[in-house]
Amino acid sequence: MSAILTVFKRELRSYFATPVAYVFIVIFLVLSSAFTFYLGNFYERGQADLMPFFNFHPWLYLFLVPAVSMRLWSEERKSGTIELLLTLPITMWQAVVGKFLAAWAFIGIALALTFPLWLTVNYLGDPDNGVIVASYLGSWLMAGAFLAIGSCISASTRNQVVAFILTVVTCFVLVMAGFPLVLDGFRAWAPQGLVDAIAGLSFLTHFVSISKGVIDLRDLLYFALMIGFWLYASAIVIDLKKAD
Amino acid sequence: MIETHALGKRYGDFTAVDGITFKVEPGQVLGFLGPNGAGKSTTMKMIAGFLAPTSGSAKVCGFDVEQQSLDAKRLVGYLPEGAPSYGEMTVRQFLDFIADMRGVPAAVRDKRLDDAIGRLNLEGVLEQPIDTLSKGFKRRVGLAQAIVHDPRVLILDEPTDGLDPNQKHEVRTLINAMSREKTIIVSTHMLEEVHAVCNRAIIIARGRVLADATPAELEARSRYHQAVSLTAVNVNAAREALARVADVATIEVDAQDSRITAFPKPGRQIFAAVNEALQAQNIVVRELALEGGRLDEVFRTITQGVAVKEAQA
Repeated sequence: MSAILTVFKRELRSYFATPVAYVFIVIFLVLSSAFTFYLGNFYERGQADLMPFFNFHPWLYLFLVPAVSMRLWSEERKSGTIELLLTLPITMWQAVVGKFLAAWAFIGIALALTFPLWLTVNYLGDPDNGVIVASYLGSWLMAGAFLAIGSCISASTRNQVVAFILTVVTCFVLVMAGFPLVLDGFRAWAPQGLVDAIAGLSFLTHFVSISKGVIDLRDLLYFALMIGFWLYASAIVIDLKKAD
Repeated sequence: MIETHALGKRYGDFTAVDGITFKVEPGQVLGFLGPNGAGKSTTMKMIAGFLAPTSGSAKVCGFDVEQQSLDAKRLVGYLPEGAPSYGEMTVRQFLDFIADMRGVPAAVRDKRLDDAIGRLNLEGVLEQPIDTLSKGFKRRVGLAQAIVHDPRVLILDEPTDGLDPNQKHEVRTLINAMSREKTIIVSTHMLEEVHAVCNRAIIIARGRVLADATPAELEARSRYHQAVSLTAVNVNAAREALARVADVATIEVDAQDSRITAFPKPGRQIFAAVNEALQAQNIVVRELALEGGRLDEVFRTITQGVAVKEAQA
């Protein structure tokens, strides 16, 4: 446990040692506000909630989370520090989880810094704060799932640009899994059961129900399993690819 | 103590390490020699627990590097090839991180850190990000992280690569100072390093051990072992005098500096006889030396001999 914590602290600190963290946070805050007010018509709707804010999160994460996750492992591999890290007395699992948690906490910080919006909506009206808390939770969980995918893809290449693009594409497919854009590709040949299963993998469906304030155990489980699966895959990929 | 038994690593059809067996005891400094791509680094990576062997086994102080990998890793200090480190951290942050990961007990932590920092002369750069340091300092940071937990086993992959002669000397002194109670493996390209730090050398090529001996024994395999070389005012006269010495097998004259080298017949010593012959004939000699043997020549003979044989096969 202490090994995970040590990796976590080093990793989180390294985000703030370079401009990466500040650039990311500023862009995240600017974009999420811009979407909320201009595309989401925050004022014009005349409703005291943060739906216009949260609705854009899947699309925001689609590009911003891969920018965080792309360096997770590919940088370690490129600089050779992966050899240093994995010859310290820790297990692969501790290394994978420690690094993932640091990235997740970092996105959590960025997300928490959107609190002025929450203050604004409370100032303007009388929103259901339970729904807002649920939405924040759902948004953070979804970011974790994006990150875990990115962790796995980052482990498979030492090129950060490749990691970024592959992660965006993979996440896009998963976000859109419930929509004809993805499903039509399967309907032609796959049995209905498989098509339904793929539709059930959609990030959007699960996120939308949480952000409506409905905390269904199945949605939580979905994101938890998603994170667990992709982290497990990360560990396997690192093990396979560390030699080259 | 480090023990490997038929340790091997294959990548598909390519065999990087082909059944290496050796044992290093505490107090020994083992030099790993070999051409690039010989399997030195791969072997070290397997002992350090980074790569899993595809055959055979390796043990560190009795702990199997695969089955008891955490126990084995705890006892090892490892400097990977190229001395990688987290560039955005300062030297102090980086060493603190390693000490935390290594579980250095709080009671001795400051002492250990000061010791590692002092031994590598890092006091002046402690607060600098590692990225801003010179190559020599980066290598020393890598060495400091390898010794910060006072490990019983040290595995150093090219510890003096990229250092200037003074820094090389310091690192060699450091290795010598630590060699008494530790088991150390050092890989190197520089043959003079073998003399300076190792009391045993293994030559590896194409993943196999070709020689395992003390540096002196390796030198004894050289053609130059017990040869006598000299520079004389009158080269021809000296040459003729040498030719008459009974145990001299061949004589070579260097085309560039006219240095004469007389090679003895196998197992014979010719220094005294040569000296006598020169004095008897009143030949003026500017310099006269007994050759111990040349490691670089032994290295070439051993490693290239394999290549030639395999090409013929």
